[in-house]
Amino acid sequence: MSKRSLALLLILGVATLVGGLLLPNWMSYLFTIAMGKGLVVLGLVLLMRAGLVSFGQGLYYCLGAYVAGMLTQFAEVTDVLLILLASVSFSVVIAAIIGLLLCRYREIFFAMFSMAFSMILYGLLVRNQVLGSTDGFNVANPSLLGWAPGPEGASNLVLAVAVLLVFTLGILAWRYLKSLSGYAGEAVRENEIRLEYLGGSVFKIIYVKYIIAAGLAAIGGTVTALVSGHVDPEMAYWTTSGEFVFIALMGGTGHVAAPIIAAVLFESLRTYASAVAPYTWQMILGFALLAIILFLPSGLWSLVERFQNKKPRKAP
Amino acid sequence: MSALLKTVNLERTFGAVIAATDINIEINSGEIVGVIGSNGAGKTTFINMVTGYIQPSDGDILVRGKSIIGKSPREVSLAGVGRSFQIAQLFQELTVLDNILIAHGFSVDRKLNFLKPLRSADKVGKVRSVLREYEIEEYANEVVSTLPQGVRKLLDIAMAMLSKPGLMLLDEPTSGVAVEDKFLLMDTVMAAIRKSNAATLFVEHDMEVVLRYADRVLAFYDGRVLADGPTQKVLSDPKVQELVVGHHLDLSDVKYATKKDSDHA
Ligand SMILES: Nc1ncnc2c1ncn2[C@@H]1O[C@H](COP(=O)(O)OP(=O)(O)OP(=O)(O)O)[C@@H](O)[C@H]1O
Ligand SMILES: [Mg+2]
Repeated sequence: MSKRSLALLLILGVATLVGGLLLPNWMSYLFTIAMGKGLVVLGLVLLMRAGLVSFGQGLYYCLGAYVAGMLTQFAEVTDVLLILLASVSFSVVIAAIIGLLLCRYREIFFAMFSMAFSMILYGLLVRNQVLGSTDGFNVANPSLLGWAPGPEGASNLVLAVAVLLVFTLGILAWRYLKSLSGYAGEAVRENEIRLEYLGGSVFKIIYVKYIIAAGLAAIGGTVTALVSGHVDPEMAYWTTSGEFVFIALMGGTGHVAAPIIAAVLFESLRTYASAVAPYTWQMILGFALLAIILFLPSGLWSLVERFQNKKPRKAP
Repeated sequence: MSALLKTVNLERTFGAVIAATDINIEINSGEIVGVIGSNGAGKTTFINMVTGYIQPSDGDILVRGKSIIGKSPREVSLAGVGRSFQIAQLFQELTVLDNILIAHGFSVDRKLNFLKPLRSADKVGKVRSVLREYEIEEYANEVVSTLPQGVRKLLDIAMAMLSKPGLMLLDEPTSGVAVEDKFLLMDTVMAAIRKSNAATLFVEHDMEVVLRYADRVLAFYDGRVLADGPTQKVLSDPKVQELVVGHHLDLSDVKYATKKDSDHA
C-alpha cells in the first residue's frame, strides 16, 4: 500500500470517527452496531471467497458478546482492550476445535453444520438461568486503561474502538487477500485437486480462514454487546447468522470495504423500513435482496467496479 | 541404487472391472517413456495410483525405494512426483499469471504468507520467465476458462513442473490439441523437461508423437502391461500392432522418423 493511500485512509478513518461522534445518539448507536456487524461479515466474506457459506457466524458473534458481558458482570473487568482480547481468544479456541470437524465439509453440509453449532449454543443459553435464559443480561459500561467515561462517553468510546478496529482490520484483511493465503481461498474454490497436487493443504487453508472469521465475528459481537449494554441468546439464533449472509450478498466479496459499507446500508435500510412499515419491513428487505440477486449478483461492490470500468486487473 | 519408481504386482479393481492388474515396472531417472493403450486400457488408472489420487486394491508402489501406499496426492507430490491431467486442472476463473503465481507460492516458496503480496515484482518476474519457457507468456493476463486447450495443457504442465519433480507423469498432454500443433506443444514440453532432467511418462495415442519423443514404450492392454521396452522394438511387435495400435505400422515410413534419425539425416 502506498503512503498516499495510507494517508487517504487515515483521513477517511478520522472523518468516519468524527462523523460518527457528531451523529445524533440513536444514529451513532446504529453506526457502531453496523461496524460490528461489518466485521462479522468481513470474516464471512473470507470464507465465501473460498466457496464456503457459513450459516453459523452467529455462534462466534454470540460467544464474543457473552464473554464480554460475563467479564463486566461477573469478573468486574471493564477494560475494552482486555475484553476484546478475551472474547477473541475464547472464540478462536472454540473455532479451532469445531473447525477440525467442520472444515472437512463443503457446500450445503458446511453451511448446515455451522448452523447446527450455533443452534447448540442458542439452546444452551436459553436453558441457562444464571445467564438470564431468553432475556439475556445487561453489560456494564466499558472503560479504557483505567479511564471510565460515563454512560454516554462509553458509547463514544466503543464507537471509537469500533472505527479503529474496522480500519486496522480492514487494511490487514486487504493485504491478506492479496497474499498467497488470500489467493489460496480462490484456489480452493476453483480447484482443490490442483491445489493438493501443488503441495498445498486444502484443509489447513480453510481451517485458518475459519478461525480468522471466528475471531472477526467475536470482535463484532463484543462491539455490539458493549454498545448496546445487553446480550441475549438471539445473537446465536440462525436468523442472526442469516442476516450476516444477507449483508455479505448485499455487499459482495469483491473488496474488504464491501461488507462494511453493506452493513451500514443494511442497518439504515432496516431502521428506515421498520419505521415506515412496522409490519412489513422484512418484506422490504426481502425485495431488496431479490433485487440485488437479480440485478447485482456480485453485490453492491460490482457497482463500484463498473464505475471504475475495471478490466481484468493488470499485473505489476 | 533403487529405481525412481517401481511397482510391484499393482492391481486396481472397480467392482467387477479390473482396471489394472499385475503391473510390474521400473522407471529410472532421466527416462522418457511413452505410454500407449486403447481407451479403457488402464493408463489413467495407473497414473492415478502412482500419484495417490486413487489407492491400489493390491500391490505396492515404491518411489526411490519408499512405499507411497496410503499417501495423499499432496504427500506424493511432496515426495517428488508431479503430474498433469487428461483434462487440465487449473484455477479456471483466475488469470494465467495468478495460476502460476499460486503454484509458485505453494510448490516453490512452500510458505503460507499472510501479508506479503503474491504479485510482488520479483515473483511476477520469476513466473513470467516460466511462462516464456512454455511459450504462453502472451496469455498472462487472460482468464484461464477463455483459453484454448493447448494453452491450458501447457499451463497445467508448467505448474506441475515448478516443484522440479524427479518423476513427471503426463496424461495425454496432446489430447484436445489440433494435429498440427501437437509437435509444437511436445517440443516445448520436452525441452523444459529435459532441462530439468525429470524422468517422464507420457500417455499418447498418436504413434508419430510416441516415436518422436519416447526412448521406451509401455503398452497397456486390458489393464495389463502387454509390452515394455525400447520404442522401436515395442512398436514393431506384431502383438502390440494388433491389440494396441490397431493397424500395421511401417516404421520405415519417413513420417515415423525419430528425433535421432532426423538428426542424423
Ligand atoms: N472411477 C472409476 N469407476 C469405475 N470404473 C473406472 C473408474 N476409473 C476407471 N474405470 C474403468 O477402468 C478401466 C480403465 O480406465 P482408464 O481411465 O484407466 O483407461 P485409460 O487407459 O486412461 O483410457 P483413455 O484412453 O480413454 O483415457 C476402464 O474400463 C474404466 O471404465
Ligand atoms: Mg485416460
